[in-house]
Amino acid sequence: MSRWVISGLRQGVVTTCYPTRMETAKGTSPGLPARLTPMADEFGQELVDVCPTGAIHFERGEARVDYGRCIHCFRCSRSARYVLEWESGFEWARFASDGSNFVKGAASWPKAFRKSMHIRVVDAGDCGACLNEVKQLNNPYYNMHRLGFFITPTPRKADILLVVGPVNDHTRLPLQAAYDAMPTPKLVMAVGACALSGGVFGPSFVTGTGVKDVLPVDIEVPGSPPPPLAILHGLLVAAGRKPPMPGQDGR
Amino acid sequence: MLNLAGMAAEAEQNWPGLVQAWVDRRTPLCELRCPPSEILPEVVHWVVDELLFRFAGLIVEQEPQEWDLRYLFYSIQGPPRWARLRVRQPLDTPKFPSISPQVHAADWYEREAEDLYGVTFEGHPRLGDFVLHDDLWQEAVAPMRRDFDEKAALAERRPDLDWKFRRIVHDPGAFAMPVGPIYSGVTESVQFLLETVGEDVIRAFPRLFYKYRAIEKIAEGRNVDGCLLLAERFAATTAFAHALAYCQAVETICRVKLPPRAHALRVLVSELERFRHHVGVIHDICESTGLSVAASQAAILEEDLLRLSGDLTGHRYLFGLAIPGGLSRNLKDADCIDAVEMAVKILKRLQELDDGLRYSSSFLDRLEGVGIISPGKAWEFGLVGPMGRASGLGGDLRKAQPYASYEHFEFDVPLESEGDGFARLRVLMAEAAQSVRILCQVPVRLEAGDVAVGVSLQSGRALGWVEAPRGATFHGLHLDESGVVLRYRMITPSFVNWHGFHLAAENFAFQDFPIILATVGLSATENDR
Repeated sequence: MSRWVISGLRQGVVTTCYPTRMETAKGTSPGLPARLTPMADEFGQELVDVCPTGAIHFERGEARVDYGRCIHCFRCSRSARYVLEWESGFEWARFASDGSNFVKGAASWPKAFRKSMHIRVVDAGDCGACLNEVKQLNNPYYNMHRLGFFITPTPRKADILLVVGPVNDHTRLPLQAAYDAMPTPKLVMAVGACALSGGVFGPSFVTGTGVKDVLPVDIEVPGSPPPPLAILHGLLVAAGRKPPMPGQDGR
Repeated sequence: MLNLAGMAAEAEQNWPGLVQAWVDRRTPLCELRCPPSEILPEVVHWVVDELLFRFAGLIVEQEPQEWDLRYLFYSIQGPPRWARLRVRQPLDTPKFPSISPQVHAADWYEREAEDLYGVTFEGHPRLGDFVLHDDLWQEAVAPMRRDFDEKAALAERRPDLDWKFRRIVHDPGAFAMPVGPIYSGVTESVQFLLETVGEDVIRAFPRLFYKYRAIEKIAEGRNVDGCLLLAERFAATTAFAHALAYCQAVETICRVKLPPRAHALRVLVSELERFRHHVGVIHDICESTGLSVAASQAAILEEDLLRLSGDLTGHRYLFGLAIPGGLSRNLKDADCIDAVEMAVKILKRLQELDDGLRYSSSFLDRLEGVGIISPGKAWEFGLVGPMGRASGLGGDLRKAQPYASYEHFEFDVPLESEGDGFARLRVLMAEAAQSVRILCQVPVRLEAGDVAVGVSLQSGRALGWVEAPRGATFHGLHLDESGVVLRYRMITPSFVNWHGFHLAAENFAFQDFPIILATVGLSATENDR
């Protein structure tokens, strides 16, 4: 067994400097298209047509991107005559626009989670990418334990419900049951474009348009999938330790 | 071994006037047209047990006038060959003979077709409650039918609220333990119904399709580009493999010839994905046994590979790269060489980890002799991928039915025969090494030039196949002349292997269950679609 102790020590520390400083390593985030780009009408309309999920809106000479719908398909960065610039970064989490009482201000945001938060992850028809990125939060690079975030197997101990996937018919009842089993105060975090808007799967006869159809959502993390750092940012926003992405809809 | 012309002649001779055969030399393929009568199981028996074809899958299609069922078979020895059994029936008589008594691997395909199309298979022991759970949907709903009215189906739902899963074990003291659909830490939604009398799992029954998003249904009516998004994103940990299979189907229909650079880069990205997937499964295995240092080290390697993919292609899960006609963007030679060098370094660290694992008796005790699938059972269930190869069942589409220029690459297909958890781990380790071996051969094959050609859409049907990280996958596509998808069929390795999952889990202790689950490395989303 000493073999593992030695090899573990030899490995050294790889953990990211985030949230103290920004992470700059390559390949940690696919980025998102610029949220606002001024352009001529003909180019704008072309971009709207190129986007398969309707994330791009064009109005009064400006192309706006709804991050909740963007699925990183890169079509707006390659298929149009006037392409959108992509921005790096990962601090995308925001308060849900039509969400819970906490977001509306009808109840004050729970302060109890500032130092420690237990997370129940629920897969509601996810494609595997968001779930795998959530799993990466436990790897030594991101090591969310150091920030007081823990995955819990039971909703009874959970403070926040982290939902991935568009919520399809068969997972709707288990998701509802997990939410009901949580003690109050509780938060709901929707992770990934599918959980926010249905992504490429919804709406259809078995799939809705995201978690907000079923539960009151507090925090939304855009991305398809959001990289682990984006999910970490979402958790920090939920805990009240980081501000959300400025300028997005919501509170 | 018969050639295809000989096979066609013998089939017509064996069943004169009943079976019509023709040979397509381009694919190459022998199609046998069979009536939906009792001779169908005989023909299937002949193809599988005498000609030694492997069952690839069943494609059901509803034509305007008739049901069209296509049973696909492929050779895994000798030159690449395909066999296709085609059975038709008027729309008003949705009844076919079951072939699962002859080919057990067809069992779930028939259940799936019954649930989604409302087609019955006479002689099948158990139909119903499969894709659409009976406690949520009435059995009569058949969403894949062309005349399916989703509004009506949603408006009057009559689920069977008294549904209970069928108990098999009735010994005194026997009880059933449901695990899932929400269980443990970060897991996919699957339910396992475990029957036990105490210590050992006597019967393990995975209740799947919790994640059914009706991909095959919502693909219909989309254009080629819209359907590509579904092909790529229904199972994202193996996104590139499935996108590639879909693109190959489109390219076959439209008779596109790819530039050599596109082929070489597709191999590069495919092997990078396989390497990353296998490291991810190795991480799950280390974690399931509680060996935390090894789990952390494997997790670091997985994240390194994700970052490598992100840096090379722009997306950590390789989304948006494969398009019909090639790749969506060119990768620089220098970047590819850097990526290969990085992969070689990661493999070296993986092999150090492997050495450590082989010296850890507490780890080996949890894997050796646990979760055994015998070669005979693996053949019976037609297991594919690393799970099949750990049980001595060879067959790798990269060798058997080469695509994307794999015939120019040198590599071995690792094979083990014990069929236990440790054999599966060894296969994963060896396959990861072979992937890097292929990666190292890519840079010399990178010719200068374009990575994509234009595709002019045509109508037609085609099959695209890829050896995905979890095993053989087949994507069948039917396009009309304007490029609209009429039928999109995905045959995935997880669907095949979940069928045999209980073989590994049964008769082992409860505490081995998570480890067995980790060693088979199956995906629910790839199965459920």
